[in-house]
Amino acid sequence: MNEQQIRAMVADALAGIAPEVDLDTAGADQDLRQALDLDSMDFLNLVIALSQRTGRAVPEADYPRLFTLAGMAAYFAH
Amino acid sequence: MNGQDNGDAARRVYDVIAKHHSARLPAPHLDDYRRVCAEFSWEQARGMLSGLPGGGLNIAHEAVDRHATGARAERVALRWLGRTGLRRTLTYRELRDDTNRFANALRALGVQPGERVFVLAGRVLELYVAVLGAFKAGAVVCPLFSAFGPEPLATRMSLGDARVLVTTQTLYARKVGALRERLPGLRHVILLGEDNAPSRVAGTHDWATLLADQSSDFDIVPTSADTLALLHFTSGTTGQPKGALHAHGAVLTHHVTGHYVLDLHDEDVFWCTADPGWVTGMSYGIIAPLSNGVTNVVVEAEFDAQSWYGVLQDEAVSVWYTAPTAIRMMMKLGREALAAYRMPRLRFMASVGEPLNPEAVVWGMEAFGMPFHDNWWQTETGGIMIGNFAAQDVKPGSMGRPIPGVEAAIVKRTADGALEIVTMPGVEGELALKRGWPSLMRDYLNEHARYEKCFAGEWYLSGDLARRDADGYFWFVGRADDVIKSAGHLIGPFEVESALMEHPAVAEAGVIGKPDPMAGEVVKAFVALKAGFEASEELRKQLLGHARNRLGAAVAPREIAFRDNLPKTRSGKIMRRLLRARELGLPEGDLSTLESDER
Repeated sequence: MNEQQIRAMVADALAGIAPEVDLDTAGADQDLRQALDLDSMDFLNLVIALSQRTGRAVPEADYPRLFTLAGMAAYFAH
Repeated sequence: MNGQDNGDAARRVYDVIAKHHSARLPAPHLDDYRRVCAEFSWEQARGMLSGLPGGGLNIAHEAVDRHATGARAERVALRWLGRTGLRRTLTYRELRDDTNRFANALRALGVQPGERVFVLAGRVLELYVAVLGAFKAGAVVCPLFSAFGPEPLATRMSLGDARVLVTTQTLYARKVGALRERLPGLRHVILLGEDNAPSRVAGTHDWATLLADQSSDFDIVPTSADTLALLHFTSGTTGQPKGALHAHGAVLTHHVTGHYVLDLHDEDVFWCTADPGWVTGMSYGIIAPLSNGVTNVVVEAEFDAQSWYGVLQDEAVSVWYTAPTAIRMMMKLGREALAAYRMPRLRFMASVGEPLNPEAVVWGMEAFGMPFHDNWWQTETGGIMIGNFAAQDVKPGSMGRPIPGVEAAIVKRTADGALEIVTMPGVEGELALKRGWPSLMRDYLNEHARYEKCFAGEWYLSGDLARRDADGYFWFVGRADDVIKSAGHLIGPFEVESALMEHPAVAEAGVIGKPDPMAGEVVKAFVALKAGFEASEELRKQLLGHARNRLGAAVAPREIAFRDNLPKTRSGKIMRRLLRARELGLPEGDLSTLESDER
């Protein structure tokens, strides 16, 4: 999955969690929690939403790999 | 396996986690609960503080200056771990100098004793300097949570008559700049620049520039135990947030609970994970550890279980004060994640914010070799009132027993307004505390009548329902009102409803706490629309975004449900209790006041 695809998927997931955010303001290597004012519950809900969309279970130990868009793209690349 | 059976089994095995007194080092301060309670008096405990040189009492003197001139001068007071891996430390001596500079800066700006200094920032060292420096200048400090949206910020700064705000350039641009017109009394805004660069924003001061020329000598304004020091906003069922006022004398409770409940010893490295935007982060993330003279770890980054384990190991944390939501997230990660870490110094773990479920207490035993010690207190009580102690048996699920110097009881308010003390064990009632400890709030700001309502004679009424067992341990049952507790934060339904009502589509809003396995409760809103508006997924997202923009992620609802009509009383009051009962599938209770039902 490339960065454009992951951006589209994250934007779609965030529309149900934090519809006020503008994902374009977040750089690929920025921690989304700071860049978008997401709290830990938002982040948890985002991971669940991504897991549903990709059909991949995300164990808690992997959460730190999903803090940035670049990290997400790499994580869901295969 | 059936989850219910599993839970019952856990409870059978761990009714009590017994403590063995012999080989504990250092020897716990509260070694003999009955003896210490019997011998304790607040007057005598006052000897644990030093007082201002000319008489009087000031939190910053107890937390900073008395150590800075003594044997602890070169000890690290604050050890800061930045988000990007940066580390900074301040010794007690350095902390005295920096807080003196800030106190001088406030004086140079013409800030008068008693005026309010608000702080709004993430966990950065300047925030700690600002808080303690403001105490020295005799100002009243009010912390704001950096995840609040503009509305909660404006409400609190306006109610609290903010004269000075210390915040970051980013937070100012995002949330505060647009509010300035609504805050005519806010005379000075002091900004922390990003990445150590000076801030250049019209109508504000740059922190570094402001402090650069200030002297590192300052004579603390002569405050007394009764001089106001802190303003903490907390949420009630109705109306605006309540501003609980605390005086400098509260530091005695902070010190004593740091000593007896957190069991702080001279060599300890302490870490309180709470944000200083809330009362726990102020009382136990700043005041109690510093008053006890230990090294206090400050972690800037947001929660992440694995990096937290790294902090516990690498900083050799010995006493750790955290919260149920974080503990439950660590449980979810599983204790295998801990296998790679070594924490030989970790000696005591405590939790506060909401009742800690027994499974989480027990998980502490499995994962860390010691239980989490739950304790209970409120913004109004200023410090820990009831707790599980290092050397005392722990009953998982119980909040523990009253601290030395505090008398707690279960009470019932009778029809004629009198109070009946419940002496029979196991009977549910309201948790009450007998006045007399030094950190009890002194008033609600501008709402003295509301303050008076919290008392019946000698008793402070907490609004929490609880019971006491035959051994004197207290057990939380529920709230007596509609206040929501989400991830340890108190949220007033009225504040959320008001923000929703500002949206042009909303006719009525009712907000409840919905049980959640991680956060304890999450905010759920029920909304009825005005004529001409149709419920849709699109509108739901609009309302969610609207609420989050105004309130911030920490306060806004996570769920919004549409209704044609919300249940109301004859006087038009929305019956949140009924919405909640129906959401949870609980008995609907007394419906005699219901006039217009939910559709």
